[in-house]
Amino acid sequence: MPCNNDDDDKKKSISISRRGLLKGAALGLASIAIPVGNAEASVWDAFFQKHFTEMSKDELQSTIARLEKEYKEKYAVDIKVGAEKPIPNVLFGYGLDLSRCIGCRKCVYACVKENNQSRHDPQIHWISVLRFKKGEKWVNDLEQSDMYYNPEKTPEEGYFYMPVQCQQCEKPACVKVCPTKATWKEPDGIVVVDYNWCIGCRYCMAACPYGARHFNWASPNIPKEEINPTTHYLGNRPRMKGCVEKCTFCIQRTRNGKYPACVEICPVGARKFGNLLDKDSEIRYCIDNKRVFRLKEDLNTSPKFYYFFAT
Amino acid sequence: MHINFFTALKSLKQGGKLYFSWLIFLSILIANGISHYIEQLDKGLIVTAMRDPVSWGFYISNFTFLVGVAAAAVLLVIPAYIYHFKPIKEIVLFGEMLAITAIIMCLMFITADMGKPLSAWHIFPIIGKMNFPSSLLAWDVIVLNGYLVLNLTAVLYILHMSAQHKEYNMNVLFPIVLLSIPWAVSIHTVTAFLYNGLSSRPFWNASILAPRFIASAMCSGPALMLIIFQIIRKFSKIQISDTAIFKIAELIAYAMTLNLFLFGAEVFKEFYSNSVHLAPMKYMYFGLHGHNNLVFWMWLASIFNICAFLLFAYPKTRGNYTFLNLACVMVIVGVYIEKGMGLVIPGFIPSTLGEIYEYSPSITEKSIGIGIWAFGALFYTLFVKFAIPIYAHHITFDEQNSNNK
Repeated sequence: MPCNNDDDDKKKSISISRRGLLKGAALGLASIAIPVGNAEASVWDAFFQKHFTEMSKDELQSTIARLEKEYKEKYAVDIKVGAEKPIPNVLFGYGLDLSRCIGCRKCVYACVKENNQSRHDPQIHWISVLRFKKGEKWVNDLEQSDMYYNPEKTPEEGYFYMPVQCQQCEKPACVKVCPTKATWKEPDGIVVVDYNWCIGCRYCMAACPYGARHFNWASPNIPKEEINPTTHYLGNRPRMKGCVEKCTFCIQRTRNGKYPACVEICPVGARKFGNLLDKDSEIRYCIDNKRVFRLKEDLNTSPKFYYFFAT
Repeated sequence: MHINFFTALKSLKQGGKLYFSWLIFLSILIANGISHYIEQLDKGLIVTAMRDPVSWGFYISNFTFLVGVAAAAVLLVIPAYIYHFKPIKEIVLFGEMLAITAIIMCLMFITADMGKPLSAWHIFPIIGKMNFPSSLLAWDVIVLNGYLVLNLTAVLYILHMSAQHKEYNMNVLFPIVLLSIPWAVSIHTVTAFLYNGLSSRPFWNASILAPRFIASAMCSGPALMLIIFQIIRKFSKIQISDTAIFKIAELIAYAMTLNLFLFGAEVFKEFYSNSVHLAPMKYMYFGLHGHNNLVFWMWLASIFNICAFLLFAYPKTRGNYTFLNLACVMVIVGVYIEKGMGLVIPGFIPSTLGEIYEYSPSITEKSIGIGIWAFGALFYTLFVKFAIPIYAHHITFDEQNSNNK
């Protein structure tokens, strides 16, 4: 609610005192949780910031301008917050060739860097690579897996690897349970979060069958020099403490015709990505010609993330 | 007629040494809780022991238990208003006041658990964007606040009438209490469904969950009331008959039977079928891959529940105050463990990706939790202190003859 300059003195004094009272009350509350040093008006605007889908073009623009200014103050970098819309007739799908994956975790760290994840306290990884012992239970019982394996070199004799990240379900359990509609599925199939609208109840984390949702237990720690300044409102823009985040198929890249960072970095080409609606896409080729499976198919969330064996 | 509840607030200032020591003791715990909460607001929930694999903990456990306490008021409301059982009708007010206190504590625990409490308004309809009917958390917001309003209305109406030396009008009160009966069941059912609906968590995704919630709530809630009633009886002029107390003890015996039966049914299903979904239960009672934080507590809860059941079931022991109070304490502790941490934590262990993260609450969580319990105790103490003189007709607001005693 921006202040407007009113010439009528009487009216002004009344409106100011009333506004001042409300502001005072809200600021009193806000000052506990919002770091001091923010301009008064921007705290006010941040508090009343609307849901992403309910902002008009102008409102979105001014919100983005404010966010960019905040980021500049915090990280001393010019961060561009994009809001690219979904491309018509595109439904993104992902393929992962388990026979190729060597468990090197290059995807994990490329993702962290691309998506401005908190590096420590908390350390947030959107991709978890599970290591399984050959011959042991897997797929339906992940209890035997180890996601903290730490050898000198991968791949290791006698083990195989299965990276897990957001499966971008067509019927996402997280979206169903979110009490504030802060997370939803975009027309191109990406499940996104409005970080400002999220209240941090973490119900989605309880609901997600893939451990794909991560919480900012504290303000994210990102070295200024490692900030990726090319961001998307629903993707990799810097987050705040107390909100949930997740893989967005690198929405800031894929809506601009690029591959997700994890696909690009994979040294063995285990990761495939494309438009499920395009019959000639690589992902469709994999689905049509390989034996694909989806993780936890029994839960009926219809992931758009296909595991397969190319060899 | 001029009614002014503020007159009755004066009675809060009257009390003995014990009363004021109690208030000071609670205030210290509350202040400690507040200081830890401010730290949590500043640093984030990283000051808790919760992490991504176990994303709910002590706060949500307490919340779940307290919803049960609130729902348990129904065990007094039914005999009081439906069957007009006089000994209970005289004290049902204090049960409803306990329900109000429990709901307020529930809302505080939820707030303590939120990553961004300042954004809480996003959950409300119209000003926010409530995901109704899809999200069970949206349902919970509705039923909990509705239950709070219903009970507040009933209590304030009864006090309002008492203040004028009038018998309350059943035509006014009856629709409220009639609605509050299914509503009480609904708050605990919805809270159970909140967990129950998550197919990703096999431990919660069992149809027996809601019935078990209700059954256990009907044990721990009334047990808590029995202890509170004895304290009220001791420290005030309110008459609470033994008949009322033993009737409630008898009702707990029935609820306890049902609770243990449902528990047994779940244990049988899980252990006999012995599928991979047994893992959380194994973790609770025997430990999993050397992780056994809950084992001691779960066995303690089970032993307490069984002993309490025996003491409640046998008329001679439940008719003896020593045994009765022992049984009450055991059932409160037993259900607190079972419907608190014993329900929430195994939902996350092993995690959806098979990880085992052992959780036990941090100092901050404990301090904030104790602070909220202390606030509840303080609120209930003052509420009762405020209500008793009015209810016992020691105070009236009749302009002509106001005799504050």
